[in-house]
Amino acid sequence: MNRRGLLLVHSMLVFAGLVVLWQAAVWAFRLPVYMLPGPWPVALALCDRLPSLLNSLWITTEEAAGGLLASVAVGVAVAMVFAQWLWLRQLLYPYTILLQTVPIVAIAPLIILWAGPGILSVTVVTFIICLAPIIANTTQGLISVEENYVHLFVMHNATPAQILFKLRLPNALPNLFTGIRISAGISVIGAITGELFAGSPRVGQGGLGYAILYANSQLETSYLFALVIAATLLGFVFFFLVMFLEWLALHNWHESSRSHLSE
Amino acid sequence: MVKRLQGAVPEVTLEGVSKVFRTGATVLQNLSLTVERGEFVTFLGPSGCGKSTLLRIVSGLSPASKGTVRVNGMTPENARELTSFIFQDATLLPWRTVEQNIGLGMELDYAARDARRERVARMLELVGLSDAAARYPRQLSGGMKMRVSIARALASKPRLLLMDEPFAALDEITRDRLNEELLRLYAEQQWTVLFVTHSVAEAVFLSTRIVVLAPHPGRVAHELAVDLPWPRTAVTRESPAFEKMVTQASRLLRGVHQG
Repeated sequence: MNRRGLLLVHSMLVFAGLVVLWQAAVWAFRLPVYMLPGPWPVALALCDRLPSLLNSLWITTEEAAGGLLASVAVGVAVAMVFAQWLWLRQLLYPYTILLQTVPIVAIAPLIILWAGPGILSVTVVTFIICLAPIIANTTQGLISVEENYVHLFVMHNATPAQILFKLRLPNALPNLFTGIRISAGISVIGAITGELFAGSPRVGQGGLGYAILYANSQLETSYLFALVIAATLLGFVFFFLVMFLEWLALHNWHESSRSHLSE
Repeated sequence: MVKRLQGAVPEVTLEGVSKVFRTGATVLQNLSLTVERGEFVTFLGPSGCGKSTLLRIVSGLSPASKGTVRVNGMTPENARELTSFIFQDATLLPWRTVEQNIGLGMELDYAARDARRERVARMLELVGLSDAAARYPRQLSGGMKMRVSIARALASKPRLLLMDEPFAALDEITRDRLNEELLRLYAEQQWTVLFVTHSVAEAVFLSTRIVVLAPHPGRVAHELAVDLPWPRTAVTRESPAFEKMVTQASRLLRGVHQG
């Protein structure tokens, strides 16, 4: 068997081990199902409530992806402005750090107050927590171009726009992807946090965050577990999707992807 | 055989050029120099003598603090279309293939696609890299990278070539081979070349004239005409005349080291 196949088998064994441990804990401590359900009730809840779970999953996916995409678009635009006018960056940079340090749980209710409950305000919450890593990383990539490269373009009488789009932007691509990878991970957390406050126009139906609150209040702990697993997997999928896009964009030329391949 | 109009037309003139950095350090002081069309002038000198600064002034990348600079009668900025700069590191864009790197200048100039492709193919042939057209820079050796860099410079049909220690990072064998190729192209293309190096042997092999600069502040200390016969090949390096020239140039260089 090749190394990759062996790795797959090992990962499955680890997973199986964790499930066994989980079941053992439930038996050993004689925990009631509303405290800690075993793997079996969770699996049952997952199958029983699959339509509503998928519905919640889809809503959260929309919010997280929407917020993430918006943060990429806005973040790259802001970074380009920062790279072009460094004094502006010095002036506004502290505020982009504030974006990162502001406690999102504190401002989420405010945003919902302003934008109304529902998908839009949750997307805005996601957008806000995704924005700072994109701006910081992309700006870094845009301004860290070696002087000789700029000179090369100047010698060809390149316009500022050409220098930006044909030199700085491609140079910033690896940094941009670092930013997106960070933001992709937190986008799902942001969306779920938003949903905890946003509620839902229809009782019992909403994103994963709302469904988790609802399941908790109904003591449907098995379903709550299923939801948590779904949320975790969603973050996982986002992360690997970005990794894949990064590989697509960079594997031809960037050093970071070569080391991946040779491992 | 190299045929040139030596002594006829000045291509680069510097008159009383000084350069003072913002830190207050004087890098070049009152430097005057004329380079005639078709000359291959190499600048030798210890670090701090302003060799690289000189090339930057001639290219217009960094303005002189005092004095006048003319390239073919124009200001350096206006003469950029005639000028190509080759940097010490090959400065290839890593996200572009060899082909796309060579075509960069024409692309920035909005040249038509067909014309671009044709010229790139010719340049690839010229530097012997036709097989590597689709490769990315990271797949190339140091010598190949420098060849691509030269091809890119030649693609914009320069008359004046400014080379800032282009072969410094290469091993000696590769450097010698690229020196020979450079001279072959120089003979074909009728450029004027300003070349900066630390290697005396390289300077002697390539140049029609060597200018030795003294440091602190940078100024012309000696000039040495190199009258080795053309064409210069690997055999040239073994000739007694070459040895003699190298010895002579080394002596001059030693003179300006530590005053």
